[in-house]
Amino acid sequence: MSVLVFAELDNGSIKKSSLEAIYYGSEVAKAKGSSVTVLAIGESSNEALAIAGKYGASKVLWASDARLNVASIQAYSSVLAEAVNATSAEFVILSKSSLGDAVSARVSAKLKASIVSNVVDLPDFSSGVTVKRSIYTGKAFATVALTADKKVIAIKKNAVNVVEGDGSASVENFAPSLNDADFAVKVTGTHKASGQVSLPEADLVVSAGRGLKGPENWGIVEDLANALGAATACSKPVSDLDWRPHHEHVGQTGIKVSPNLYIACGISGAIQHLAGVNSSKVIVVINKDPEAPFFKAADYGIVGDVFDVLPRLTKAIQAAK
Amino acid sequence: MKILVCITNVPDTTAKISFTDGDTKFNKTGVQYICGPYDDYALSRAVELKEQHGGTVTVLNVGEAESEQVIRKCLAIGADDAIRVNTEPTDSYFVAEQIAHIASQENYDLILMGRESIDFNSGVIHGLVGEMLGIPSLSPVMKLEIDGGVAKMTREIEGGKEDIEASLPLVLGCQEPIAEWKIPNMRGIMSARTKPLKVVEPVGVGLTITEKYALPAPKGAVKMIPAEEAEKLIDLLKNEAKVL
Ligand SMILES: Cc1cc2nc3c(=O)[nH]c(=O)nc-3n(C[C@H](O)[C@H](O)[C@H](O)COP(=O)(O)OP(=O)(O)OC[C@H]3O[C@@H](n4cnc5c(N)ncnc54)[C@H](O)[C@@H]3O)c2cc1C
Repeated sequence: MSVLVFAELDNGSIKKSSLEAIYYGSEVAKAKGSSVTVLAIGESSNEALAIAGKYGASKVLWASDARLNVASIQAYSSVLAEAVNATSAEFVILSKSSLGDAVSARVSAKLKASIVSNVVDLPDFSSGVTVKRSIYTGKAFATVALTADKKVIAIKKNAVNVVEGDGSASVENFAPSLNDADFAVKVTGTHKASGQVSLPEADLVVSAGRGLKGPENWGIVEDLANALGAATACSKPVSDLDWRPHHEHVGQTGIKVSPNLYIACGISGAIQHLAGVNSSKVIVVINKDPEAPFFKAADYGIVGDVFDVLPRLTKAIQAAK
Repeated sequence: MKILVCITNVPDTTAKISFTDGDTKFNKTGVQYICGPYDDYALSRAVELKEQHGGTVTVLNVGEAESEQVIRKCLAIGADDAIRVNTEPTDSYFVAEQIAHIASQENYDLILMGRESIDFNSGVIHGLVGEMLGIPSLSPVMKLEIDGGVAKMTREIEGGKEDIEASLPLVLGCQEPIAEWKIPNMRGIMSARTKPLKVVEPVGVGLTITEKYALPAPKGAVKMIPAEEAEKLIDLLKNEAKVL
Protein backbone atom coordinates (compact mmCIF):
# COMPACT_ATOMS: atom_id res chain seq x y z
CA MET A 1 0.00 0.00 0.00
CA SER A 2 3.02 2.28 -0.11
CA VAL A 3 3.85 5.21 -2.39
CA LEU A 4 6.80 5.21 -4.77
CA VAL A 5 8.11 8.43 -6.32
CA PHE A 6 10.25 8.38 -9.46
CA ALA A 7 12.81 11.17 -9.01
CA GLU A 8 14.72 12.54 -11.99
CA LEU A 9 18.32 13.61 -11.49
CA ASP A 10 20.13 16.55 -13.03
CA ASN A 11 23.91 16.46 -12.55
CA GLY A 12 23.46 14.07 -9.66
CA SER A 13 20.91 16.16 -7.77
CA ILE A 14 17.18 15.52 -7.54
CA LYS A 15 15.40 17.92 -9.87
CA LYS A 16 13.22 20.58 -8.28
CA SER A 17 10.13 19.22 -10.03
CA SER A 18 10.89 15.79 -8.56
CA LEU A 19 11.23 17.24 -5.06
CA GLU A 20 7.69 18.52 -5.57
CA ALA A 21 6.64 15.01 -6.62
CA ILE A 22 8.23 13.60 -3.46
CA TYR A 23 6.32 16.07 -1.31
CA TYR A 24 3.12 15.23 -3.21
CA GLY A 25 3.85 11.55 -2.60
CA SER A 26 4.33 12.17 1.12
CA GLU A 27 0.92 13.88 1.29
CA VAL A 28 -0.66 10.88 -0.47
CA ALA A 29 1.09 8.55 1.97
CA LYS A 30 -0.11 10.62 4.95
CA ALA A 31 -3.70 10.34 3.73
CA LYS A 32 -3.29 6.58 3.30
CA GLY A 33 -1.32 6.03 6.50
CA SER A 34 1.71 4.63 4.68
CA SER A 35 5.23 5.73 3.75
CA VAL A 36 7.06 7.12 0.72
CA THR A 37 9.99 5.53 -1.03
CA VAL A 38 11.89 7.37 -3.75
CA LEU A 39 13.57 5.76 -6.74
CA ALA A 40 16.57 7.61 -8.18
CA ILE A 41 18.39 6.29 -11.24
CA GLY A 42 21.88 7.25 -12.40
CA GLU A 43 24.96 9.08 -11.08
CA SER A 44 24.47 10.74 -7.70
CA SER A 45 25.65 10.55 -4.08
CA ASN A 46 24.21 9.50 -0.72
CA GLU A 47 24.20 13.12 0.48
CA ALA A 48 22.43 14.41 -2.63
CA LEU A 49 19.72 11.76 -2.32
CA ALA A 50 19.20 12.02 1.45
CA ILE A 51 17.66 15.48 0.72
CA ALA A 52 14.49 13.58 -0.23
CA GLY A 53 13.86 13.27 3.53
CA LYS A 54 13.18 17.01 3.75
CA TYR A 55 10.24 16.45 1.44
CA GLY A 56 8.80 13.58 3.44
CA ALA A 57 10.50 10.46 2.05
CA SER A 58 11.77 7.84 4.48
CA LYS A 59 13.84 5.83 2.03
CA VAL A 60 15.58 6.31 -1.31
CA LEU A 61 16.31 3.37 -3.59
CA TRP A 62 19.34 4.26 -5.70
CA ALA A 63 19.98 2.36 -8.93
CA SER A 64 23.55 3.43 -9.66
CA ASP A 65 24.49 0.85 -12.32
CA ALA A 66 26.82 2.74 -14.71
CA ARG A 67 24.78 1.58 -17.71
CA LEU A 68 22.00 3.85 -16.42
CA ASN A 69 24.05 7.05 -16.48
CA VAL A 70 22.51 8.06 -19.80
CA ALA A 71 18.73 8.21 -19.41
CA SER A 72 17.13 5.38 -21.37
CA ILE A 73 13.35 5.25 -21.57
CA GLN A 74 13.18 1.47 -21.67
CA ALA A 75 15.81 0.72 -19.05
CA TYR A 76 14.39 3.31 -16.65
CA SER A 77 10.91 1.86 -17.13
CA SER A 78 12.16 -1.62 -16.28
CA VAL A 79 13.91 -0.34 -13.15
CA LEU A 80 10.85 1.62 -12.01
CA ALA A 81 8.51 -1.36 -12.55
CA GLU A 82 10.88 -3.56 -10.56
CA ALA A 83 10.96 -1.01 -7.74
CA VAL A 84 7.15 -0.86 -7.72
CA ASN A 85 7.04 -4.61 -7.25
CA ALA A 86 9.83 -4.60 -4.63
CA THR A 87 7.98 -2.00 -2.53
CA SER A 88 4.44 -3.29 -3.31
CA ALA A 89 3.55 0.30 -4.13
CA GLU A 90 -0.04 1.15 -4.92
CA PHE A 91 0.81 4.68 -6.09
CA VAL A 92 3.57 5.77 -8.45
CA ILE A 93 4.07 9.54 -8.41
CA LEU A 94 6.25 11.55 -10.76
CA SER A 95 6.54 15.00 -12.22
CA LYS A 96 5.48 15.50 -15.84
CA SER A 97 8.44 15.85 -18.23
CA SER A 98 9.39 14.31 -21.54
CA LEU A 99 11.30 11.53 -19.76
CA GLY A 100 8.57 11.21 -17.13
CA ASP A 101 5.84 10.88 -19.78
CA ALA A 102 7.70 8.12 -21.59
CA VAL A 103 8.74 6.18 -18.49
CA SER A 104 5.39 6.45 -16.69
CA ALA A 105 3.58 5.24 -19.81
CA ARG A 106 5.71 2.12 -20.20
CA VAL A 107 5.44 1.37 -16.49
CA SER A 108 1.63 1.65 -16.61
CA ALA A 109 1.56 -0.84 -19.45
CA LYS A 110 3.84 -3.23 -17.53
CA LEU A 111 1.68 -3.00 -14.38
CA LYS A 112 -1.75 -2.57 -16.00
CA ALA A 113 -2.02 0.59 -13.94
CA SER A 114 -4.41 3.52 -14.25
CA ILE A 115 -2.41 6.49 -15.54
CA VAL A 116 -3.38 10.15 -15.26
CA SER A 117 -1.13 13.00 -16.35
CA ASN A 118 -1.14 16.79 -15.78
CA VAL A 119 -2.59 16.39 -12.30
CA VAL A 120 -2.97 19.77 -10.57
CA ASP A 121 -4.06 18.89 -7.03
CA LEU A 122 -3.80 16.22 -4.34
CA PRO A 123 -6.05 13.16 -4.83
CA ASP A 124 -9.48 12.94 -3.24
CA PHE A 125 -9.99 9.68 -1.34
CA SER A 126 -13.61 10.26 -0.31
CA SER A 127 -14.90 7.68 -2.78
CA GLY A 128 -12.20 5.59 -4.42
CA VAL A 129 -9.32 7.69 -5.78
CA THR A 130 -10.03 10.73 -7.95
CA VAL A 131 -7.69 13.45 -9.18
CA LYS A 132 -8.13 16.83 -10.84
CA ARG A 133 -6.18 17.19 -14.06
CA SER A 134 -5.67 19.96 -16.57
CA ILE A 135 -7.08 19.30 -20.08
CA TYR A 136 -7.41 21.20 -23.38
CA THR A 137 -3.93 22.65 -22.80
CA GLY A 138 -4.90 24.46 -19.63
CA LYS A 139 -8.28 25.65 -20.89
CA ALA A 140 -10.26 23.29 -18.60
CA PHE A 141 -10.05 20.67 -15.85
CA ALA A 142 -11.38 17.14 -15.47
CA THR A 143 -12.03 15.03 -12.40
CA VAL A 144 -10.84 11.50 -13.11
CA ALA A 145 -11.29 8.28 -11.11
CA LEU A 146 -8.42 5.75 -11.14
CA THR A 147 -9.97 2.30 -11.08
CA ALA A 148 -7.04 -0.15 -11.36
CA ASP A 149 -5.16 -1.58 -8.33
CA LYS A 150 -2.01 0.32 -9.24
CA LYS A 151 -2.15 4.02 -9.98
CA VAL A 152 0.34 6.24 -11.80
CA ILE A 153 -0.02 9.99 -11.24
CA ALA A 154 2.07 12.51 -13.20
CA ILE A 155 1.81 15.97 -11.64
CA LYS A 156 2.05 19.38 -13.24
CA LYS A 157 4.31 22.03 -11.70
CA ASN A 158 2.71 23.75 -8.69
CA ALA A 159 0.26 20.87 -8.06
CA VAL A 160 1.04 21.12 -4.36
CA ASN A 161 2.41 23.80 -2.01
CA VAL A 162 5.72 22.35 -0.91
CA VAL A 163 6.68 22.74 2.75
CA GLU A 164 10.25 21.72 3.53
CA GLY A 165 10.81 19.74 6.72
CA ASP A 166 14.04 18.62 8.39
CA GLY A 167 13.87 14.86 7.88
CA SER A 168 16.59 12.80 6.26
CA ALA A 169 16.04 9.74 4.12
CA SER A 170 18.09 6.56 4.25
CA VAL A 171 19.69 5.66 0.94
CA GLU A 172 19.76 2.01 -0.13
CA ASN A 173 21.42 0.52 -3.13
CA PHE A 174 18.94 -0.93 -5.65
CA ALA A 175 20.32 -3.44 -8.13
CA PRO A 176 17.69 -4.11 -10.80
CA SER A 177 17.97 -6.96 -13.25
CA LEU A 178 18.69 -5.34 -16.61
CA ASN A 179 18.86 -7.03 -19.97
CA ASP A 180 20.37 -6.02 -23.31
CA ALA A 181 16.98 -5.25 -24.85
CA ASP A 182 16.66 -2.37 -22.37
CA PHE A 183 19.60 -0.71 -24.12
CA ALA A 184 18.55 -1.27 -27.75
CA VAL A 185 18.24 2.48 -28.29
CA LYS A 186 21.61 4.23 -28.60
CA VAL A 187 22.12 7.88 -27.68
CA THR A 188 24.93 9.02 -30.00
CA GLY A 189 25.16 12.67 -28.99
CA THR A 190 23.75 15.20 -26.53
CA HIS A 191 23.48 18.93 -27.18
CA LYS A 192 22.50 20.84 -24.09
CA ALA A 193 22.92 24.47 -23.19
CA SER A 194 24.65 24.61 -19.81
CA GLY A 195 24.34 27.11 -17.00
CA GLN A 196 20.82 28.19 -17.94
CA VAL A 197 17.71 28.00 -15.81
CA SER A 198 15.66 25.06 -17.12
CA LEU A 199 12.40 26.35 -18.60
CA PRO A 200 9.94 23.66 -17.43
CA GLU A 201 11.39 23.88 -13.89
CA ALA A 202 11.62 27.67 -13.65
CA ASP A 203 9.65 29.72 -11.11
CA LEU A 204 10.22 32.86 -13.17
CA VAL A 205 10.06 33.07 -16.97
CA VAL A 206 10.83 35.98 -19.31
CA SER A 207 9.36 35.29 -22.74
CA ALA A 208 9.58 37.29 -25.93
CA GLY A 209 7.88 37.31 -29.31
CA ARG A 210 8.09 38.77 -32.77
CA GLY A 211 7.91 42.25 -31.23
CA LEU A 212 11.66 41.94 -30.57
CA LYS A 213 12.16 42.27 -34.35
CA GLY A 214 15.19 39.97 -34.66
CA PRO A 215 17.52 37.57 -32.81
CA GLU A 216 20.18 40.29 -32.47
CA ASN A 217 17.88 42.08 -30.00
CA TRP A 218 17.59 39.24 -27.46
CA GLY A 219 20.26 40.80 -25.22
CA ILE A 220 17.62 42.91 -23.44
CA VAL A 221 15.51 39.79 -22.82
CA GLU A 222 18.46 37.82 -21.46
CA ASP A 223 19.58 40.75 -19.28
CA LEU A 224 16.16 40.92 -17.66
CA ALA A 225 16.06 37.13 -17.21
CA ASN A 226 19.56 37.12 -15.68
CA ALA A 227 18.72 39.94 -13.29
CA LEU A 228 15.67 37.95 -12.12
CA GLY A 229 17.29 34.51 -12.24
CA ALA A 230 14.57 33.57 -14.72
CA ALA A 231 14.47 31.17 -17.66
CA THR A 232 13.93 32.53 -21.18
CA ALA A 233 11.12 31.43 -23.49
CA CYS A 234 9.67 32.54 -26.82
CA SER A 235 6.61 32.39 -29.07
CA LYS A 236 6.28 29.85 -31.90
CA PRO A 237 7.14 32.16 -34.83
CA VAL A 238 10.35 33.13 -33.02
CA SER A 239 11.53 29.51 -32.90
CA ASP A 240 10.15 28.80 -36.40
CA LEU A 241 12.30 31.68 -37.68
CA ASP A 242 15.29 30.20 -35.81
CA TRP A 243 15.73 33.35 -33.76
CA ARG A 244 15.72 31.12 -30.66
CA PRO A 245 16.20 27.37 -30.10
CA HIS A 246 13.14 25.16 -30.36
CA HIS A 247 13.22 24.07 -26.71
CA GLU A 248 12.30 27.65 -25.69
CA HIS A 249 9.02 27.60 -27.66
CA VAL A 250 6.01 27.73 -25.33
CA GLY A 251 2.34 27.34 -26.15
CA GLN A 252 -0.15 24.81 -27.36
CA THR A 253 2.41 23.17 -29.66
CA GLY A 254 5.40 23.88 -27.45
CA ILE A 255 6.36 23.57 -23.81
CA LYS A 256 3.59 24.17 -21.30
CA VAL A 257 4.77 26.18 -18.32
CA SER A 258 3.15 27.09 -15.02
CA PRO A 259 5.69 29.33 -13.24
CA ASN A 260 4.96 31.80 -10.46
CA LEU A 261 5.71 34.68 -12.84
CA TYR A 262 5.51 34.84 -16.64
CA ILE A 263 6.62 38.10 -18.28
CA ALA A 264 5.54 38.34 -21.94
CA CYS A 265 7.44 40.90 -24.04
CA GLY A 266 6.27 41.79 -27.54
CA ILE A 267 3.94 38.77 -27.75
CA SER A 268 0.41 39.38 -29.07
CA GLY A 269 -1.26 36.67 -26.98
CA ALA A 270 -2.76 34.37 -29.63
CA ILE A 271 -5.01 31.69 -28.15
CA GLN A 272 -2.42 29.00 -28.98
CA HIS A 273 0.26 30.88 -27.08
CA LEU A 274 -2.00 31.51 -24.07
CA ALA A 275 -2.89 27.82 -23.87
CA GLY A 276 0.68 26.97 -22.88
CA VAL A 277 1.15 29.71 -20.28
CA ASN A 278 -2.27 30.45 -18.79
CA SER A 279 -1.72 28.41 -15.64
CA SER A 280 1.12 30.73 -14.58
CA LYS A 281 0.34 32.29 -11.20
CA VAL A 282 1.07 35.89 -12.26
CA ILE A 283 1.28 37.14 -15.85
CA VAL A 284 2.89 40.44 -16.86
CA VAL A 285 2.40 41.71 -20.42
CA ILE A 286 4.55 44.36 -22.07
CA ASN A 287 3.28 45.33 -25.51
CA LYS A 288 3.16 48.58 -27.45
CA ASP A 289 -0.34 47.84 -28.74
CA PRO A 290 -2.99 48.55 -26.07
CA GLU A 291 -5.39 46.28 -28.00
CA ALA A 292 -3.08 43.22 -27.83
CA PRO A 293 -5.26 40.29 -26.70
CA PHE A 294 -2.63 39.23 -24.14
CA PHE A 295 -3.68 42.08 -21.80
CA LYS A 296 -6.99 40.25 -21.19
CA ALA A 297 -5.07 37.31 -19.72
CA ALA A 298 -2.64 39.46 -17.72
CA ASP A 299 -2.41 40.44 -14.05
CA TYR A 300 -0.14 43.42 -14.75
CA GLY A 301 0.25 45.27 -18.05
CA ILE A 302 2.49 47.93 -19.47
CA VAL A 303 1.62 49.54 -22.80
CA GLY A 304 5.09 50.41 -23.99
CA ASP A 305 8.05 49.72 -26.23
CA VAL A 306 10.08 46.68 -25.15
CA PHE A 307 13.31 48.44 -26.23
CA ASP A 308 12.60 51.15 -23.66
CA VAL A 309 10.84 49.18 -20.89
CA LEU A 310 12.98 46.04 -20.59
CA PRO A 311 16.34 47.76 -19.90
CA ARG A 312 14.63 49.98 -17.33
CA LEU A 313 13.13 46.96 -15.54
CA THR A 314 16.53 45.28 -15.51
CA LYS A 315 18.06 48.39 -13.92
CA ALA A 316 15.28 48.61 -11.35
CA ILE A 317 15.83 45.00 -10.30
CA GLN A 318 19.58 45.48 -10.01
CA ALA A 319 19.02 48.65 -7.96
CA ALA A 320 16.61 46.83 -5.63
CA LYS A 321 19.14 44.10 -4.84
CA MET B 1 8.27 0.15 -45.47
CA LYS B 2 4.94 -0.15 -43.64
CA ILE B 3 3.99 2.85 -41.54
CA LEU B 4 1.04 3.20 -39.17
CA VAL B 5 0.11 6.78 -38.23
CA CYS B 6 -2.21 7.26 -35.26
CA ILE B 7 -4.23 10.46 -35.37
CA THR B 8 -6.60 12.27 -33.03
CA ASN B 9 -9.79 14.14 -33.97
CA VAL B 10 -9.63 17.20 -31.71
CA PRO B 11 -11.22 20.65 -31.35
CA ASP B 12 -9.45 23.35 -33.36
CA THR B 13 -6.78 25.23 -31.38
CA THR B 14 -9.00 28.34 -31.37
CA ALA B 15 -12.11 26.47 -30.15
CA LYS B 16 -13.96 27.85 -27.15
CA ILE B 17 -14.14 25.09 -24.55
CA SER B 18 -17.41 24.53 -22.66
CA PHE B 19 -19.35 21.62 -21.16
CA THR B 20 -22.98 20.43 -21.04
CA ASP B 21 -25.16 17.90 -19.17
CA GLY B 22 -24.17 19.19 -15.75
CA ASP B 23 -20.50 19.50 -16.75
CA THR B 24 -20.22 15.82 -17.66
CA LYS B 25 -19.91 16.20 -21.47
CA PHE B 26 -17.82 18.32 -23.81
CA ASN B 27 -20.03 20.80 -25.68
CA LYS B 28 -19.44 20.10 -29.39
CA THR B 29 -21.85 22.79 -30.61
CA GLY B 30 -20.12 25.11 -33.06
CA VAL B 31 -16.73 23.45 -32.55
CA GLN B 32 -14.58 22.82 -35.61
CA TYR B 33 -12.58 19.57 -35.45
CA ILE B 34 -9.07 19.08 -36.83
CA CYS B 35 -6.38 16.42 -36.98
CA GLY B 36 -4.14 17.01 -33.93
CA PRO B 37 -1.32 19.40 -34.94
CA TYR B 38 1.38 17.01 -33.68
CA ASP B 39 -0.31 14.09 -35.48
CA ASP B 40 -0.21 16.21 -38.62
CA TYR B 41 3.59 16.38 -38.32
CA ALA B 42 3.74 12.59 -37.90
CA LEU B 43 1.55 12.03 -40.97
CA SER B 44 3.52 14.49 -43.11
CA ARG B 45 6.81 12.76 -42.23
CA ALA B 46 5.26 9.34 -42.93
CA VAL B 47 4.17 10.48 -46.40
CA GLU B 48 7.67 11.87 -47.10
CA LEU B 49 9.29 8.59 -46.00
CA LYS B 50 6.95 6.65 -48.26
CA GLU B 51 7.96 8.90 -51.16
CA GLN B 52 11.66 8.24 -50.42
CA HIS B 53 11.58 4.54 -49.57
CA GLY B 54 8.33 3.17 -51.01
CA GLY B 55 5.79 1.28 -48.92
CA THR B 56 2.42 2.15 -47.42
CA VAL B 57 0.97 4.57 -44.89
CA THR B 58 -2.08 3.47 -42.90
CA VAL B 59 -3.96 5.97 -40.75
CA LEU B 60 -5.49 4.76 -37.50
CA ASN B 61 -8.00 6.67 -35.41
CA VAL B 62 -9.68 5.56 -32.22
CA GLY B 63 -12.88 7.56 -32.41
CA GLU B 64 -16.53 7.75 -33.32
CA ALA B 65 -18.01 8.23 -36.82
CA GLU B 66 -17.58 12.00 -36.63
CA SER B 67 -13.79 11.47 -37.00
CA GLU B 68 -14.22 10.39 -40.60
CA GLN B 69 -13.97 13.89 -42.03
CA VAL B 70 -10.50 14.26 -40.52
CA ILE B 71 -9.54 10.71 -41.55
CA ARG B 72 -10.49 11.53 -45.18
CA LYS B 73 -8.26 14.61 -45.00
CA CYS B 74 -5.36 12.39 -43.91
CA LEU B 75 -6.04 10.11 -46.87
CA ALA B 76 -6.06 13.20 -49.12
CA ILE B 77 -2.64 14.19 -47.75
CA GLY B 78 -1.22 10.87 -48.91
CA ALA B 79 -2.11 7.96 -46.63
CA ASP B 80 -3.14 4.81 -48.53
CA ASP B 81 -5.84 3.43 -46.29
CA ALA B 82 -7.40 3.96 -42.87
CA ILE B 83 -8.75 2.07 -39.89
CA ARG B 84 -11.17 3.52 -37.36
CA VAL B 85 -11.76 1.80 -34.04
CA ASN B 86 -15.36 2.67 -33.32
CA THR B 87 -15.33 3.97 -29.76
CA GLU B 88 -14.97 7.14 -27.73
CA PRO B 89 -11.28 7.60 -26.82
CA THR B 90 -11.77 8.11 -23.09
CA ASP B 91 -8.72 6.67 -21.35
CA SER B 92 -5.04 6.55 -22.35
CA TYR B 93 -4.62 2.86 -21.52
CA PHE B 94 -7.76 1.95 -23.44
CA VAL B 95 -6.71 3.92 -26.54
CA ALA B 96 -3.23 2.37 -26.45
CA GLU B 97 -4.79 -1.09 -26.18
CA GLN B 98 -6.72 -0.45 -29.41
CA ILE B 99 -3.61 0.74 -31.24
CA ALA B 100 -1.50 -2.18 -29.98
CA HIS B 101 -4.25 -4.62 -30.97
CA ILE B 102 -4.41 -3.29 -34.55
CA ALA B 103 -0.62 -2.99 -34.82
CA SER B 104 -0.06 -6.57 -33.68
CA GLN B 105 -2.02 -7.85 -36.70
CA GLU B 106 0.52 -6.46 -39.22
CA ASN B 107 4.28 -5.98 -39.24
CA TYR B 108 4.63 -2.21 -39.16
CA ASP B 109 8.18 -0.84 -39.35
CA LEU B 110 7.14 2.45 -37.81
CA ILE B 111 4.20 3.49 -35.66
CA LEU B 112 4.09 7.29 -35.64
CA MET B 113 1.84 9.64 -33.70
CA GLY B 114 1.91 13.15 -32.26
CA ARG B 115 3.86 13.65 -29.04
CA GLU B 116 0.52 14.34 -27.33
CA SER B 117 -3.10 15.03 -28.20
CA ILE B 118 -4.26 18.62 -27.73
CA ASP B 119 -7.45 17.66 -25.90
CA PHE B 120 -6.04 15.58 -23.04
CA ASN B 121 -2.32 16.39 -23.48
CA SER B 122 -1.16 13.24 -21.68
CA GLY B 123 1.73 12.38 -23.98
CA VAL B 124 1.73 8.73 -22.91
CA ILE B 125 0.18 6.77 -25.79
CA HIS B 126 3.52 6.17 -27.54
CA GLY B 127 5.05 4.68 -24.40
CA LEU B 128 2.02 2.54 -23.60
CA VAL B 129 1.86 1.18 -27.16
CA GLY B 130 5.62 0.54 -27.26
CA GLU B 131 5.49 -1.45 -24.04
CA MET B 132 2.36 -3.37 -25.09
CA LEU B 133 4.11 -4.38 -28.32
CA GLY B 134 7.48 -4.95 -26.63
CA ILE B 135 9.35 -2.48 -28.85
CA PRO B 136 11.16 0.80 -28.09
CA SER B 137 9.24 4.07 -27.90
CA LEU B 138 10.73 7.55 -28.19
CA SER B 139 9.26 11.04 -27.89
CA PRO B 140 9.34 13.92 -28.69
CA VAL B 141 11.14 13.16 -31.93
CA MET B 142 11.96 16.23 -34.03
CA LYS B 143 14.04 14.64 -36.79
CA LEU B 144 13.72 11.18 -38.37
CA GLU B 145 15.75 9.58 -41.17
CA ILE B 146 15.66 5.92 -42.15
CA ASP B 147 18.86 4.21 -43.30
CA GLY B 148 18.38 0.50 -43.99
CA GLY B 149 16.65 -0.95 -40.95
CA VAL B 150 17.92 1.80 -38.67
CA ALA B 151 16.22 5.05 -37.66
CA LYS B 152 18.41 8.08 -36.98
CA MET B 153 16.57 10.57 -34.85
CA THR B 154 16.84 13.74 -32.82
CA ARG B 155 14.82 13.88 -29.64
CA GLU B 156 14.12 17.04 -27.67
CA ILE B 157 15.27 16.95 -24.06
CA GLU B 158 14.95 19.69 -21.45
CA GLY B 159 17.23 22.53 -22.52
CA GLY B 160 18.45 20.85 -25.70
CA LYS B 161 18.34 17.73 -27.82
CA GLU B 162 19.97 14.33 -28.24
CA ASP B 163 20.85 12.22 -31.28
CA ILE B 164 19.54 8.66 -31.20
CA GLU B 165 19.87 5.51 -33.28
CA ALA B 166 17.64 2.48 -33.03
CA SER B 167 16.60 -0.46 -35.18
CA LEU B 168 13.06 -0.72 -36.52
CA PRO B 169 10.33 -1.39 -35.50
CA LEU B 170 9.75 1.67 -33.32
CA VAL B 171 6.93 3.73 -31.85
CA LEU B 172 7.61 7.47 -32.11
CA GLY B 173 5.83 10.54 -30.73
CA CYS B 174 6.52 13.36 -33.21
CA GLN B 175 6.75 17.13 -33.07
CA GLU B 176 8.01 19.94 -35.29
CA PRO B 177 10.28 20.38 -37.18
CA ILE B 178 10.12 16.69 -38.21
CA ALA B 179 8.26 17.76 -41.39
CA GLU B 180 6.28 20.65 -42.83
CA TRP B 181 2.51 20.36 -42.49
CA LYS B 182 1.07 19.22 -45.83
CA ILE B 183 -2.05 20.66 -47.44
CA PRO B 184 -4.14 18.24 -49.53
CA ASN B 185 -4.33 19.02 -53.28
CA MET B 186 -7.32 18.45 -55.57
CA ARG B 187 -6.07 15.08 -56.82
CA GLY B 188 -5.51 13.93 -53.26
CA ILE B 189 -8.99 15.00 -52.23
CA MET B 190 -10.56 13.17 -55.18
CA SER B 191 -8.64 9.94 -54.60
CA ALA B 192 -9.29 10.04 -50.82
CA ARG B 193 -12.98 9.41 -51.45
CA THR B 194 -12.36 5.91 -52.73
CA LYS B 195 -9.45 4.85 -50.48
CA PRO B 196 -10.39 2.04 -48.05
CA LEU B 197 -11.56 3.02 -44.55
CA LYS B 198 -12.15 -0.02 -42.37
CA VAL B 199 -14.23 0.28 -39.19
CA VAL B 200 -13.57 -2.21 -36.37
CA GLU B 201 -14.98 -2.58 -32.86
CA PRO B 202 -12.87 -1.98 -29.71
CA VAL B 203 -11.30 -4.54 -27.37
CA GLY B 204 -10.58 -4.31 -23.62
CA VAL B 205 -11.62 -1.78 -21.02
CA GLY B 206 -10.28 1.51 -19.69
CA LEU B 207 -8.60 2.01 -16.31
CA THR B 208 -9.82 5.53 -15.58
CA ILE B 209 -13.23 7.22 -15.67
CA THR B 210 -13.70 10.94 -16.31
CA GLU B 211 -16.46 12.02 -13.96
CA LYS B 212 -16.74 15.78 -14.35
CA TYR B 213 -15.34 18.80 -16.14
CA ALA B 214 -14.72 22.36 -14.97
CA LEU B 215 -13.53 25.65 -16.42
CA PRO B 216 -10.82 27.71 -14.71
CA ALA B 217 -11.93 30.61 -12.53
CA PRO B 218 -12.11 33.79 -14.62
CA LYS B 219 -9.06 36.02 -14.43
CA GLY B 220 -9.40 39.26 -12.39
CA ALA B 221 -8.96 42.64 -14.08
CA VAL B 222 -5.48 43.55 -15.33
CA LYS B 223 -3.65 46.29 -13.43
CA MET B 224 -2.10 48.71 -15.92
CA ILE B 225 1.12 50.54 -15.15
CA PRO B 226 1.97 53.62 -17.23
CA ALA B 227 5.15 53.09 -19.29
CA GLU B 228 6.78 56.15 -17.69
CA GLU B 229 6.47 54.40 -14.32
CA ALA B 230 7.46 50.91 -15.52
CA GLU B 231 9.88 50.52 -12.60
CA LYS B 232 6.88 50.37 -10.23
CA LEU B 233 6.20 46.89 -11.61
CA ILE B 234 9.13 45.47 -9.66
CA ASP B 235 7.74 46.81 -6.40
CA LEU B 236 4.28 45.41 -7.19
CA LEU B 237 5.67 41.97 -8.03
CA LYS B 238 7.64 41.97 -4.77
CA ASN B 239 5.14 43.39 -2.33
CA GLU B 240 1.70 42.88 -3.85
CA ALA B 241 1.92 39.71 -5.97
CA LYS B 242 4.79 38.37 -3.81
CA VAL B 243 6.40 36.43 -6.64
CA LEU B 244 9.89 38.00 -6.43
C1 LIG C 1 -2.12 24.96 -34.86
C2 LIG C 1 -1.38 26.14 -34.35
C3 LIG C 1 -0.56 26.00 -33.22
C4 LIG C 1 0.14 27.09 -32.71
N1 LIG C 1 0.92 26.91 -31.60
C5 LIG C 1 1.55 27.97 -31.05
C6 LIG C 1 2.33 27.85 -29.86
O1 LIG C 1 2.48 26.75 -29.32
N2 LIG C 1 2.94 28.94 -29.35
C7 LIG C 1 2.84 30.18 -29.93
O2 LIG C 1 3.42 31.14 -29.40
N3 LIG C 1 2.12 30.33 -31.05
C8 LIG C 1 1.48 29.27 -31.63
N4 LIG C 1 0.77 29.44 -32.79
C9 LIG C 1 0.88 30.74 -33.49
C10 LIG C 1 -0.02 31.81 -32.91
O3 LIG C 1 -1.28 31.73 -33.54
C11 LIG C 1 0.56 33.21 -33.16
O4 LIG C 1 0.77 33.38 -34.54
C12 LIG C 1 1.88 33.49 -32.43
O5 LIG C 1 1.77 33.16 -31.06
C13 LIG C 1 2.26 34.94 -32.57
O6 LIG C 1 3.55 35.15 -32.06
P1 LIG C 1 3.98 36.61 -31.54
O7 LIG C 1 3.03 37.04 -30.51
O8 LIG C 1 5.41 36.51 -31.17
O9 LIG C 1 3.92 37.48 -32.86
P2 LIG C 1 2.84 38.53 -33.33
O10 LIG C 1 1.46 38.00 -33.28
O11 LIG C 1 3.35 39.08 -34.59
O12 LIG C 1 2.88 39.65 -32.20
C14 LIG C 1 3.94 40.52 -31.98
C15 LIG C 1 3.49 41.47 -30.89
O13 LIG C 1 4.57 42.33 -30.56
C16 LIG C 1 4.08 43.62 -30.36
N5 LIG C 1 5.19 44.54 -30.59
C17 LIG C 1 5.82 44.81 -31.77
N6 LIG C 1 6.84 45.67 -31.58
C18 LIG C 1 6.87 45.94 -30.26
C19 LIG C 1 7.69 46.77 -29.44
N7 LIG C 1 8.73 47.48 -29.96
N8 LIG C 1 7.43 46.81 -28.13
C20 LIG C 1 6.40 46.12 -27.59
N9 LIG C 1 5.60 45.33 -28.30
C21 LIG C 1 5.83 45.24 -29.63
C22 LIG C 1 2.94 43.78 -31.32
O14 LIG C 1 2.03 44.78 -30.86
C23 LIG C 1 2.33 42.39 -31.31
O15 LIG C 1 1.30 42.28 -30.33
C24 LIG C 1 0.05 28.36 -33.33
C25 LIG C 1 -0.77 28.51 -34.44
C26 LIG C 1 -1.48 27.42 -34.95
C27 LIG C 1 -2.36 27.65 -36.13
